[in-house]
Amino acid sequence: MTDFLRMGGDGAYVWSAYGVTLAVLVFNVWWARRRHRAALERARASALDERVGRRPTVRQIE
Amino acid sequence: MRLPRWFHLLGSPPFVYRLAGKVAPWLGVVTCVLLAVGGYWGLVVAPPDRVQGEVYRVLFIHPQIAYVSVMAYVVMAIAAGIGFVWRIKLAHGVAATAAPIGASFTACALATGALWGRPTWGTYWQWTDPRIMSETLLLFLFLGYLALRAAFEDRDKADRVSAILAVVGVVDVPIIHYSVIWWNSLHQGPSIMKLDKPSISPEMLTPFLIMVAAFTACFCWLLLNGLRGEIVERERDTRWIRELVAGTRG
Repeated sequence: MTDFLRMGGDGAYVWSAYGVTLAVLVFNVWWARRRHRAALERARASALDERVGRRPTVRQIE
Repeated sequence: MRLPRWFHLLGSPPFVYRLAGKVAPWLGVVTCVLLAVGGYWGLVVAPPDRVQGEVYRVLFIHPQIAYVSVMAYVVMAIAAGIGFVWRIKLAHGVAATAAPIGASFTACALATGALWGRPTWGTYWQWTDPRIMSETLLLFLFLGYLALRAAFEDRDKADRVSAILAVVGVVDVPIIHYSVIWWNSLHQGPSIMKLDKPSISPEMLTPFLIMVAAFTACFCWLLLNGLRGEIVERERDTRWIRELVAGTRG
């Protein structure tokens, strides 16, 4: 097991390369999910705004 | 000439949104399985290299990531070009989605390359290496595309102007590919994509190709995932999005 982690003395390079790659993939998945959720939230807010906006305000009635 | 129905559907945001939602999870599963199998094979099963020893195992991910970074650029440029010529907004959406993914893969290719180069070539970075430089240019093309988009308030204008940059930047793609042949590079010449038999042993070639498939699937997965958010953002004030968010109140 230790031999496997050492990678013939180049473990630091091999594992950081794999680590960086994994981090990039995880970040991309997380980022897409976050953006999708935020976009849905904004769409919901904007739909709500419009519904509220349709109600006459006091000024419009006057 | 009449185009088949599915062709028109591919320009329809609600159709593509739903299709992406159905296909993406499967691509996610395929990606994870292929990464696990290829990773295990490359890190554990494959024998050490006669010359490089263990550090060559970085080559089960580095060329794949670099290839995906170039593929991401080609996808972005084609989509942007289609969007520009036929004024298809969804195509611009695909281009805008591919850009940050491509930028992150390009940065990752440069990083993993540096980490492999240090123990193998004795240097993290070589300013005169044509492949490193053309790949670095690719990173700046992605970043330039994203910065250009961010500079416009109006999305249509951002789409059209950034599309021009994306299409012009395509000249970098053949430069990256042929850089190792045209100029003297630290990178090796082609060892797999050539007419002759690949100059790599089968027990190393198999995990190498599994990882090519894994990263290709990964890119498609990320692209579809990102596209869903992009579509919702672009279609925010349309009726189908209204109905969509009304149905999923959360």
